[in-house]
Amino acid sequence: MTGSKNVPLVNILNVEKTFGDGGGFLSTAQPIVNALNNVSLSIEKGDSFCLVGESGCGKSTLARTVIGLHPPSKGEVHYQGTRIDSMSAKERQPFKRKMQMIFQNPYASLNPRMTVAQMLEEPLKIHERGMSKAAIKEKVEEVMVSVGNDPAWRTRYPHEFSGGQRQRISIARALMLDPEFVVADEPISALDVSIQAQVLNVMMDAQEKRNLTYLFITHDLSVVEHFGSKVAVMYLGTVCELADVKKLFDAPRHPYTQALLSAIPKIDGKGVNHIKMSGEVPTAMDLPSGCVFHPRCPYANERCKKEIPILLDNGNTKTSCFAVEEGRI
Amino acid sequence: MALLEVKDLEVEFPLGRVTLQAIRKVSFSLERGERLGIVGESGAGKSVAAFSILNLLSRPGRISGGEILFDGDDLSKLDDVEMRHIRGNQISMIFQDPMMTLNPVLTVATQMIECLKAHRKISTKQARDISVSKLKEVMIPSPEERMNSYPHELSGGMRQRVVIAMALLTDPEIIIADEPTTALDVTIQAEIMALMLDLCKSNNVGLILITHDLAVVSQVTEKIMVMYAGRVVEEGATHEVITNPKHPYTRGLLKALPQENTAGSRLNQIRGTMPSLNALPKGCAFNPRCDFASSECSIVVPKLEGDDGHHTACIHREEIPPFKSELGKA
Repeated sequence: MTGSKNVPLVNILNVEKTFGDGGGFLSTAQPIVNALNNVSLSIEKGDSFCLVGESGCGKSTLARTVIGLHPPSKGEVHYQGTRIDSMSAKERQPFKRKMQMIFQNPYASLNPRMTVAQMLEEPLKIHERGMSKAAIKEKVEEVMVSVGNDPAWRTRYPHEFSGGQRQRISIARALMLDPEFVVADEPISALDVSIQAQVLNVMMDAQEKRNLTYLFITHDLSVVEHFGSKVAVMYLGTVCELADVKKLFDAPRHPYTQALLSAIPKIDGKGVNHIKMSGEVPTAMDLPSGCVFHPRCPYANERCKKEIPILLDNGNTKTSCFAVEEGRI
Repeated sequence: MALLEVKDLEVEFPLGRVTLQAIRKVSFSLERGERLGIVGESGAGKSVAAFSILNLLSRPGRISGGEILFDGDDLSKLDDVEMRHIRGNQISMIFQDPMMTLNPVLTVATQMIECLKAHRKISTKQARDISVSKLKEVMIPSPEERMNSYPHELSGGMRQRVVIAMALLTDPEIIIADEPTTALDVTIQAEIMALMLDLCKSNNVGLILITHDLAVVSQVTEKIMVMYAGRVVEEGATHEVITNPKHPYTRGLLKALPQENTAGSRLNQIRGTMPSLNALPKGCAFNPRCDFASSECSIVVPKLEGDDGHHTACIHREEIPPFKSELGKA
């Protein structure tokens, strides 16, 4: 990582996450889903770190593990050098206010029975016990205005708003405690194109004004190119390529990243022209041996079937691929 | 005469005291083998326009005006029995979510054979053979085995392939696809779109593609129709409309897309939101959100006008400066 002399804001070390167990007393064996396999990332302050990948690649699981919604099965999560994944809820409390999350679907993430003001005041009432009513009201207004919402909305309920407005309310809710780190899980994928632009702009403004660091999850690569500073491409719970956004889009090295980038529909009148991958994404319940991508990879050889590649610097990006390592690509 | 010709279509939803006009005076046509894209945001009426062709409007929606001519017959006048000979036979439909389209408790074989036997007098054996050949056509590996699968045993991309195979079963003349790849991942989306394009070309099937994704439309279709609040605001050859959009709404949509050259900068957004159908602004429905709006815009409903098949519903279309963008430079 660049600037390794400083402690990264968020450091994810060899995190693994499995769901389900092998069964137990009076319970039938559940299949084990390997959602994350040995993922290590570090997010520097001020980054807009993007996680991309297709459904089921573990990007949301990783985000939820970082924010503490799932404990990792193995590995560690550090925040400014302090290990946070093993903390008790009480010890974690001060970290929770620094780390906030924006969810995908603004129709589900806002409580339909609470007014906008109630939702926005709640975090302050929990984390800022001594705050006066007037100060709370002022803070709510300040945040509402900063994300482009009308402060007069405070007495209204979520059903009175459109998708884009709701998403701006959830952004406001995440910003109430002046967090340092915001995890956004597909914040724009449920919205229309013109509204996506609005919400992305609000998020970029907030980053500038409040000096935020984002972990931004998306499956839309054109958004990554526009929004991100660093990007990790995930496939089946593994990070296969990690790079600065510009470098990745200029010269993707991992075969999966190449296929993924070629699949972005472009308005250039050239028609559909993408790298075809054979087969389908295997299930995370039964991971392929060796490199998880080898059954679909045009460059796979015997070594790829046996050994698991690790993320290595290839001079331009970091890839976990033997073909890149051995100079076959 | 065109294979399908929709003239001045009007669709309304009577809801108690109010009646919502979902589609106002929409006209378009489709030649044999032609591919048309209908673009717009949620609530623009693009799905309603397409659904009304096959009389699939959910109640209380009804066609209140205009005609839908298919091979010279007015589809809006057909009764249910007559409609059934057209729907799924000469015109078939692909829906957004393949999991909702397929019956979860029946195998692929049962569903495909049922569909064929409903339209043709053929034996089950023959129907099975045709089904297998269609599954092969959509490039499903080991189609004989897949015939006996249940939908839950297939991945999202495979399911959508099965749905496409089912739409092709009766060798239709037109396929209406409503956001066929929205529920799928990008790599699968690219595969499915390439497949649909190939199939339409090789079988000379007409396609009506409904989507909100301008990039997908630009890759697949020849003609495009942009809808806003129940009206067509711009139509023309796809390449022409995308590289030289004249309507402020189309321009706004194109500029809102993140592109390589927009990295790090603010995106152009269209201010405000799509109006609700029960509170449409007077005059041009887009005028409260439009940068070029004048006082006249809130009085006159603009007509589709223009040359060379590129029509724009905007009274200021001649005054608006040419669209500057890196799009379609290649």
